Order: sequence, then C-alpha cells, then structure tokens
Amino acid sequence: MSETTNPKVAVPEDVSIDSATIKMLRHAQSKGVETIFDRAVKMKQCNIGTEGICCKICAQGPCRLPLTKGIKDGSEKDTRVGLCGATPETIVARNLIRQIAAGCASHSDHGRSVTETFLAMARKEAHDYTIKDEIKLREVAGYFGIPTTVEVDGVQVPRDKWDLALEVGETALSQWGQQQGELHYLKRAPKATYDRWTKHGVKPRGIDREVVEIMHRTHMGVDQDYRNLLHQGARCSLGNGWGGSMMATDLQDVLFGTPYPTTGKINLGVLSRDKVNIIVHGHDPLVSEMIVCAVNLPEMQEYARSKGANGYVVSGMCCTANEILVRHGMPIAGDYLQQELAVITGAVEAMVVDVQCVMESLARVSECYHTKFITTMPIAKCAYGKNTVHVNFEEHAALDKAKEIIKIAADNFPNRGETHIPSDTNRMVVGFSTEAIKYHLGGTFRGSFVPLNDNIINGRIRGIVGVVGCNNARVEHDEVHVAMIKELVKNDCIVLTTGCSAMACGKAGLLTPESAAVFAGPGLAEVCETVGIPPVLHMGSCLDNSRILTAATEVVKAGGLGKELADLPAAGAAPGWMSEKAIGIGQYFVTSGVYVMIGIPLAIAGSPVVKAHLEHDMEELYGGKWAYEPDPVKAAHKILAHIDVKRAALGIDKARERVLMDMTDRQKIEAA
Amino acid sequence: MSKLVAFAAIQGGYNIVQKAEGIYKKALEDYGPEQKLEFPNTAYHLPINYSLLGIPVKTLADAGKCLDVARKLLPPHIKIVNYLPYLGPLLDAGMAAILAEEIVEAIRYIREPDFYHVSEETDIPNGKLWLGAAEDTIFRKRGVSFVDGSAPGFVAIVGAAPTIEIAKEIALEYQKRSIYVFMCANQGGTTFSEQLVQAGVEVGWNTRLVPFGPDISAAVYALGFANRVAMGFGGVQPGDFKKILLYNKDRVFAFVNALGEVNAEWAANAAGCVNWGFPTLADTDIPEILPTGVCTYEHVVANVPLSEMVQRSVEVRGLKTTVATVDIPLAYGPAFEGERIRRGDMFCEMGGSSKTVVVEWVTSAPMDQVEDGKVVVIGPDVTDIQEGGSLALGIKVIVAGRKFQEDFEPILERQIHHLINYAQGLMHTGQRDIGMLRVSKDAIVKGFRIKHIGVILHAKLHQEFGAVFDKLQVEIYTDSAKAEKVREEARNVYVVRDARVENMTDETTEIYYSCTLCQSFAPNHVCVVSPERTGLCGAYNWMDCKASYEINTTGPNQPIEKGEVLDPVLGVFGGANDFIAQASRQAVTNVCFYSMVNDPMTTCGCCECIAAILPTCNGIMTVHRDYSGETPSGMKFSTLAGTMGGGNQTPGFVGHSKYNIIQRKFLTGDGGLLRLVWMPKSLKDEYYDRLKIRGEELGVPDLVDRIADETVGLTEEEIYPFLEAKKHPALEMESILT
Repeated sequence: MSETTNPKVAVPEDVSIDSATIKMLRHAQSKGVETIFDRAVKMKQCNIGTEGICCKICAQGPCRLPLTKGIKDGSEKDTRVGLCGATPETIVARNLIRQIAAGCASHSDHGRSVTETFLAMARKEAHDYTIKDEIKLREVAGYFGIPTTVEVDGVQVPRDKWDLALEVGETALSQWGQQQGELHYLKRAPKATYDRWTKHGVKPRGIDREVVEIMHRTHMGVDQDYRNLLHQGARCSLGNGWGGSMMATDLQDVLFGTPYPTTGKINLGVLSRDKVNIIVHGHDPLVSEMIVCAVNLPEMQEYARSKGANGYVVSGMCCTANEILVRHGMPIAGDYLQQELAVITGAVEAMVVDVQCVMESLARVSECYHTKFITTMPIAKCAYGKNTVHVNFEEHAALDKAKEIIKIAADNFPNRGETHIPSDTNRMVVGFSTEAIKYHLGGTFRGSFVPLNDNIINGRIRGIVGVVGCNNARVEHDEVHVAMIKELVKNDCIVLTTGCSAMACGKAGLLTPESAAVFAGPGLAEVCETVGIPPVLHMGSCLDNSRILTAATEVVKAGGLGKELADLPAAGAAPGWMSEKAIGIGQYFVTSGVYVMIGIPLAIAGSPVVKAHLEHDMEELYGGKWAYEPDPVKAAHKILAHIDVKRAALGIDKARERVLMDMTDRQKIEAA
Repeated sequence: MSKLVAFAAIQGGYNIVQKAEGIYKKALEDYGPEQKLEFPNTAYHLPINYSLLGIPVKTLADAGKCLDVARKLLPPHIKIVNYLPYLGPLLDAGMAAILAEEIVEAIRYIREPDFYHVSEETDIPNGKLWLGAAEDTIFRKRGVSFVDGSAPGFVAIVGAAPTIEIAKEIALEYQKRSIYVFMCANQGGTTFSEQLVQAGVEVGWNTRLVPFGPDISAAVYALGFANRVAMGFGGVQPGDFKKILLYNKDRVFAFVNALGEVNAEWAANAAGCVNWGFPTLADTDIPEILPTGVCTYEHVVANVPLSEMVQRSVEVRGLKTTVATVDIPLAYGPAFEGERIRRGDMFCEMGGSSKTVVVEWVTSAPMDQVEDGKVVVIGPDVTDIQEGGSLALGIKVIVAGRKFQEDFEPILERQIHHLINYAQGLMHTGQRDIGMLRVSKDAIVKGFRIKHIGVILHAKLHQEFGAVFDKLQVEIYTDSAKAEKVREEARNVYVVRDARVENMTDETTEIYYSCTLCQSFAPNHVCVVSPERTGLCGAYNWMDCKASYEINTTGPNQPIEKGEVLDPVLGVFGGANDFIAQASRQAVTNVCFYSMVNDPMTTCGCCECIAAILPTCNGIMTVHRDYSGETPSGMKFSTLAGTMGGGNQTPGFVGHSKYNIIQRKFLTGDGGLLRLVWMPKSLKDEYYDRLKIRGEELGVPDLVDRIADETVGLTEEEIYPFLEAKKHPALEMESILT
C-alpha cells in the first residue's frame, strides 16, 4: 500500500486498477473535489447494519441485536430477541427480503415503463418509437401464447405486426397487476426447472403482487418464520428475473433492435475536446435512444456548430451506456464509480440521467463545473445543485424532449472551462444477445447452442460463469471483477458479463477477440479462435441478466448437459455488488438453480441460521445457493470446484471418446 | 487459425457470388427470364436451392430469387483488429457460394448442353467424362445402398492427387470401404477423375467413382445428392433447411478431401460443406478448425499425409467402415460390383456369348459330409487356357449346420452373384443356370485362379450368414461334362423350390416380417413383408426376412404375428397394425396390404415401382424407376417418388416391387392385376411370360396385351380408346373410387 499523506482522501492506486480512474482521482484531489472514493475512506460502515440485525420496522425500535463473540463461538446461548420478541432469524430474513423487494421492484418498474412506452408505440401514440425487430416481436408473442398468424380465406397468414404489438403490449402490461395464476414467461424455463418451481410453490402470480406481499409480510407482527419469509423472497425474485426484467429486455429489443456483436470503445478518453459531450447515465434506454437518434439530425448538428462545437459525442455511463453500446456501438465513458470523475474532466456539457445508480453527489460535483445535471424521469428528481435541471421526458413527444436536452447541452458548450480528459480508451466487441450467440455458433442455417454444449462436453470449455454486478467503493474498483474473470478464463470457463462488471472487463481489455489468446486457457482459447469471440461475452445491461437466463435455457435445450438449469456446469458471480437490484438478481439466479458467488456479504451475518439456509438449504429446494468469498481468486476456485461437481454428475469429467458409427448404430438414431 | 479460413472463405464467397451474378445476367440477356432452368430428370429442381430455400427453380427468373438470397448472406469482410465473430458469417459465406454455384451449374446445362453426359456411365471414347447432376433414377437406385449400409457414405474429392498412382491408391482405398467417391474441381487443370482414367480405373456410378465435373462448382452435385436423400428418404420438407442439414449431419456420412493448394473459392466451398456437417481434410498446410459442434468432430483438418487420408477421413467423420478381408489377390468390396469388363480387357469368359455351361447351386448335406473351407476345382484352371478362351463353370456350394433350413438354400445362392462381383477384375451377371462370368486380364496378372471363387464364397457367406450354418465347402466344375451334370441336378431342385414358394400364401402364414432396414434414413417408414407381398425395394422377400431374422434376432427384420384378420379383402391385420404403429412412432396406424386406395403401405423412397390410380380409365398404372419418361398419371417416376417418400401414407399411390405385380395378392383390395391398364413397355417385356400366366389364372389369357404402354399413350385420354378396343377388364369393373 502506498503511503497515505492525507487520511481524509483515498490513495488513488489503492482504490482502483483503472488508469483513467487513478489519474482522475489525483486530479480531483488536486482540485479539492471530493469523490465517493474519498468518502469511503472517511466513513466506516455500520457494523450492526452490515449484519442485517437492526430492526426498525416499528416505532418501538430500532432494536439492535448484534451477534456476540460468545454466541458465535457457541460459549453463550443465543437469547437475542427484539422488544416484540422477534428473533434474529425473523429480523434478518425480513430485512433481506425487503431488499429483494426493492431490487426486484426497481428492475421491474423499469420494465413497466418500457412496456408502457411499447404499448403507446403500438397504439401509435408515441410516434418516435417503432417496431425495429419484428422477428423478436413474433417470438415474444409466442411466449405469451398470442397467435402470430391469422386465417384469411382458409390460409394462415402472419398477423399484422401493429395488431400483434398491441396484444403483446397489453398482455405484457397485465403481468404486473395480475393477481392469480402464474407469469407467462415462467414456461420459457427448462421443464425440469419449471416443475421444481411448481413443486416448491415459488411461481409468482403477478410481478407487483409478490413485492406488495413482501411489504405486508415484513410488517410488524406478520410472518415470523424465516423460511416462509425467504420463500417469498424467492418467489418475488422470479417475478423479476423471469418477468419484469425479461420482458423489459425483450420489449426493448423489439423497440430498439436485438443486439448483435458490434465494436465499441470505453473509458473517459472517449470524451471529446471539441465536441459537445453528453453523457447518458442510468438504466432506462427510453431517453438515451432518442438522444442518440436526435444528435444526428442536421438541425442538431447545425445547432452545435452555432455554439462553436464540432458536433456531439453521446457517451454512456452505467447501464444506460450498455444499452446504447450494444445496440449502436456508442462509446462508454465509464461505470458507476466513474460518474463523478466524468464531470471532473470539466468536459461534460450535460449529465443526463434516468433511473437507478445515479449518485446524488453529481449535483454537488456538477456545481464545481459548467456541467448541467439533467434529470429526466418524474420518479427520479434531485432537489439540490444550482446546475441541476429537470426535463420531464414524455414518450408522446420523445424526440422533441431529446432535442430540448441536446440544446441545453449545446448551449452549455461555450461555458466550458479548463478540461482534463485522460487519454485512456479500450476497444471491445460487445452485444452478445442470446440470439447473437446462437447465430454466431452456426450461421443462418445451423445456428444453435450445440457447438457450445459440445465443447463443454468434450472439455475444451470447463463451464459457463456469469460474472455480473456493480462496482462497490468498499473494494478496489474493477480489481475484484478482473481478477476473478481472469482466473476463470485461464481455467477455460467462458464468462458472460453484464452491467458494470462488463465495463471492468472492457477496460481491462478482456472484451477483445485477441484477448482469448492472452488470457484464456488452451481449450477455451481454441473455441474462441474458432468462433472469433472474446473469452468474455458482453451481454448488455444489468437488466439483461435475463439474457443469461435465456442463454442458459438454450444450453439446456441444446442437450447433453442435463435437464434443468441446476444441472449445468455453470455459476453466477457478483464480486463487487452494491445495489439492492443485485440481491434481487442473485436471488432469481439461486431460485433458478444457479450457484451464486458474491464478493460483498449480504447483510445476514446476524443470523447464522438464515445464512445456513441461504448457503445450504436453498440448494435442496431450488438447486442453486448463495456463496460468499471476498478474495476474487479464491472465489474463482470455489466456482471451479462447483463446476467440477456438476461435470462429474453429468459424467463429463472424463475425456470423451470418438464414436465411430456403423450401420447398426445409425439405424438406432432416433427420428428427429 | 479459423480467422484465416474465415478471411479466405468470405472472400471466396464474394468471388463466387459475384461471378454467378455475372453469368446469370448474361444468361438473362441471352435467353430471357422464361428460359427453363433445370437439371436432367429430377423432381427436385435445383436440389440445394429447393431443399434449403424452398424455392422450386424452374426458370432463369426463379434463379434470380436464389441469387438474391446468396447475396444477402454474404457477410462483411473481417477486420484485422477487434474483429467481430466470424464462424456464423463464415458458414453463411460458404452457403452463399454453394447456392450461387448451383445456379451457375444449371446455366451450364443451357449454355453447353453437351458438357455433361446424362448417364450413369461415362463414354470416354467419345470424350464424355463428366456426369454432372445425377438423375433421380440414379439417386433412387443408389439410395438403396445408402440406406442399407452397403455404401456407408461418400467423399467429395476436390482437386487432384500429386500423381496418378496416388489417385488410384486413394480411390481404391475408398472403394474397398464401399464409400462413394464424388469428384470435382481441378488443381492447375489436372483433375482426380482424369488421373483415374489415365490409371486405367473405370469411373462412373457403377464403380462408385463419380466424375461430377472439372470445376469446384460441381461440388453442388454431391451436396444436391445428399439433400435429395434428406427429402426423398428422410421425408424432410423443402424449405425446412435446419432439418435438411441436421439430417445430413446425423445420417449422411459424407466428407471432403481437398487435394492440392486450397484457394479462396475452395475455402468457401469447404465452409459451405460445414453447414451440412461435412468436414474437410486437406493434404496441404491450411489453417485448421478443430473444435467440434457444427460437424460431429473436427471441421477442417490439415496436413494429412495422403497415405493416411482415407483412414483419417472416416475417423474425422465418425464413421466405422470395414474392409472385407477375403484371402484373394484382388481388391474386394461392393464398390467393385458395378465394374464392367469390356471384351478388350477380358481374359476369359464363362457362359454368356461363349455358350459354355454355367450353373450356381447351393445345397445342404449332413454335418459329417461337409469339410468347412474346402474348395475343390474339378477341371482346367484359367492358367490352362489361352487369352480369349472360355471355361464351363459349375459352382456347387454345400452347407451344413444344425440351424440350417432348406429354405435358406436359395437365399445363399442368390448371394453368389454379388459376392463374386465384389472382386475387382471379375464381372458376373445372372443366377442359377443363366449366369456369365468374365475375368479381366489384370485379374490374371494379379494371380486370380478359379479356386478364389470358392475362397470368396466361403469367407463371405460365413461372414454374412454364419449364424445359420456351421460348415461350407465349395466344388467348382470347369470340366464341361461334369458341369453339365451339376446343372441337371440343380435344375431338378429349382423346380421343386419354385413350386414350394409359389404355394406359400398370406392366408396360410401366421408370421410376417418387418423390415426397418431403411430407418437410418427414413425414420418413420416401416415395411411389412408377407409371402405374397415382397418388400417394395425388391431386395427382400418373406424368406429373406425370415433368414435375416434367424441370423440376427435383434436386427431390422422382426417376426410379426399377423394377428386378427380385420379385413381379408383389403388385407388389414391387427398384429401388423400394432407393430407398424409402434415402429413408425404412431405416424401410421392402419395399413391395407392389398390396397392403394385405402391406407396404403408407406415407402421410404427406394421402391422399385410406384402404382397410381388412373380415374378416367377406372384402373391403375404402375411405373418402375428405370423408366424416366412421362406417365398417364401426369407425373414421372421421380415426381411420384418425390411426393410419397419418407414414410408418408399417400392414398391413391403405393410403392411396390416389380415382382409384386405378378404376385397373386397384387392390389386385390382394389381389384387386383385386372385393374392394371398401363405400364412401361420395358417392364411389360421383362415380365411378359409371367404376366401371361397370371392372365390365364384370372381368366383373361391375353391380359398382358390389353395393358397399354408408352407406345400407346402418355395420358389417360390417349390410352382410353386402346383399352376400349382391347376390352380391358378394368373398364367393366366397379368404380375404383368407391
């Protein structure tokens, strides 16, 4: 560790491995601008909160029931109860599923807003949006059980796409408020996984209902069985993973196009010295898509020139960045932890934010510069900052609103002062939707997941690991992701990534096809070389973790690797998570049968019983479980051990023999 | 490095498509959009474009749609750094190339009508080497060997070997493994086909060495053949590209050998073949693609020494082949069955035009009277006669064994023809007492002697039928008088045998046999063979199935309890129905043995004949697959077969064997033989005597002369007056449609 000269600020080299971040932190500190990195040094985490053992559900508390050393080592009997008698199990479980509810609500509410826009589009009330991917629309209709053909004069013909979109939109929207039955999308899962959900009663009835029920059950004096509480957490999470999130991903694909591999650039070096820099930040692409469209209009270009700028650079931050990257190849300025640093370059005319992971400190940092901090969503405003502006985004006048925002940015260009843009950028290849992976494994005619399965079975690829999630200022920026992923690919695991984890990979050069030869083990490298892919596949935003579910489902369906998701030699990991959304995601992966490794602990240490339930009992129930290991390399090895167990169970832990077929063998081939 | 392959193949794809577009444009200018565009005598149009895109190309204008698809499939070129994935685009570029090449080849049929020789055989003396697209007749005939396993797969050889000797050696190795060799493209103007011709090897469908064409684009004939197998035998619908290609990957064991330098266009073709699951092996240092997935094992393997090419190829494709080991100095295998020995290459002849006695007879004897493996030659050997001479040939095979039944004698006897023919340098025709054997000069040089015939029969009959006998000895009489005596003996046996088989009826037999030999290719099809309804491929009668079952009790021929007779007229049997339902995976649940109008039996696609209703004539017609002309049904054999193959029940049509026509139960549910109003002349001639006998039995002695053929007419309207004039009995029968 470098020598600390000022205990009140972070040591740049210690808090990040990313050179642009390090440079910008130094610059910020030299200018006296405080960032999250510095505050993380100054402010310690609450010990009781991190254990999840503070109950503030009623006004008789907060009751704090920290785990004593004696209870931990067994020398002391655990007699902890709250004023009402609530046990540590109840308190921890209640707190945890409230976090799950919040996380699921966030992604699903994003999904709702996409669905509402989609429906407005289908009703021709939102003229700036259209159906970009009709094939996907028809596919989605299929998942909802909506007929895609109609009989005309005795012949089945494809239904009109607008007519179809309307029914799809209405059905999709109904999933939020549905009170009975189950979500349509659950049936997309492998049958054995679905059957397991049925058996354990975790099929969500409606997306909102499960969230509301958590709020009710965790109210003072309702559900006092931690297992029953966690069961509801599992049910709620599926409503997000296989509901709100998945529908959001799908409808965004229909509206904006399904991502296919494209090239992109990442890091603060993408900001321009002579153009108007607009950063779109947050998660919901409804606004950013329009801004991307609008900046290319001649009138907007002219407007920029009239302000002395040489055009615009629209770059992204956080998952809004991922959304416009995978669909349009737009550059990424940075991840969650770099948002303040972007403003500190002094080169950002507008920081346009939608929802989620937007630090309130942006308002304050923007005040130090000319940057306009523009909030756009009625549900996400900011009370502070003299540079804070709210432009209420309306889907019915989307393009006009986008133009308004662009003009604010351009108008701000002449106010730009001294800039400090680091030169760092990295190239990447991104945009591996489930559809794209399928295509690239066999082309138009033979596209399928079979080649992937085949190479998992023959051992070239050891397993599939989804490494996802946020940055967290409590651990070294990017390091936890990059260290874990390098270890995984070195051991021949193909990594699927989304969110800020994907950005860490991008900055570390792991998203270039050339990186396979450098970082991947020999088997994985050979497969990557054959397909022309990086060893780490960027699948989109954190919302798009649903794509990992659909890809994993395709793997099961391609055959040879078991019947349910839990059979796969696969795992999930969120080494640097921080948001409640991440807990929601983690839980839907666990409930779907996936081993989920986290590098930041859940707030559950206050109840060893709840911890054991999450890390052991859940596997019995759902096939997946939680695991925690802060050291990313050790965590990678725990994941590998898990994968090896699954490989052994599948009988693919030994070398595969070449089977030479004679006519008798061939006569036994089952009819397709 | 796959990236290099992708780079080359994508460039190759562009070259090929661009060139094809040029050729197409010129053809449009010269011939106009209405110009017919087709391969000769096929119901499958341009089979690759038809099967994959579902576009039946009939005119130049239609081909334009295919070229548009090909153009759209061409992916962007690959960038040097930070490139996008290329496996999918690479396969697309390959497919684009192949779709375009098929158009180019079809246009060649217009522009150079004499370039390809439309035949199974080459005509080298007249400069006709290239055979181009296989007619459906060839495909159907050869298809049987693909489905029954006597041809385990095919290799597409692209280019040329470094020397003529190596070419010959590779071809021979494939022939020994019974693998078809499809040849195309050239290496600096040299072709593998021409190398074989120069080496004195007979090329053509008969020897399984098929010279498709001198250009790389002729590769489409191999792939088109494969896709016709998928449609014709697999019952996969045109346009269902995924199923067509997966069918090929799983069931058609084909692969490519690229000999010599690989250029961009070859790379595009190799990439195209990967779509089919057909890997490429090259003898040069090209980039490899080893990880598996689209093909069953490796996709591209380089630097294969030519001496190991054949062995490596079958391994990479995941194919098990066997080389028949018969201790004779000649190469041996089914690939040599079709080889002809012309008079000029002939050393000696038995029977045939030499008129010497030839007879073949299998008989049985008690165990203690047979010495296994004993071969005696009674009379002069080939070394005792001059070139151009002749010998008598009486082959008497004596078998013994506890499980042996007299009924198996004719079955073993029927094998003699092809077993002798499998030897390179021997050409055999006929059976019983009407055989002919030619021995080539080359065979004599290699050391062939008469006793080797015995060695072959002992080894092969043991190998294939060893389960039903224990001992086998062979006596070969080349002494004319002694051969004559054997013939007398044999003729007496033939009479007894024929009478016994003739007397077997469906009514008196309780056990029928299934035949699912073709299920490797036609997974939903199942044949049921009864004494009076032989297998529709003509290869298996009831007795054959019985023997086959005795030999292999878990094999493709299983006994079926006939069960309850649900309808004696239509031939509906409860036991047979139960079996068919189960074996066809519920695709077919009711079959009428003796009807084509009601629930007829299905066909895999390799039936010898197809019968169809002629409603105006109130009768039926039948056509055999060697007849390539039009028929009164409005369809050629190939079109008929195309509409009913793949295990589908198509009322109004039924597949049957040629022999079935003269069996007593032939379509009796629909009125029987008296309904037959039209058949090709060649078929009528072949069965003339037996049809006459059947006519007598049915009380219409000149029935055969009342049946119309193509010389009478090719439409119902044309033949109707003839039938009226001849008073064909069908005209008086009740309506066939009721």
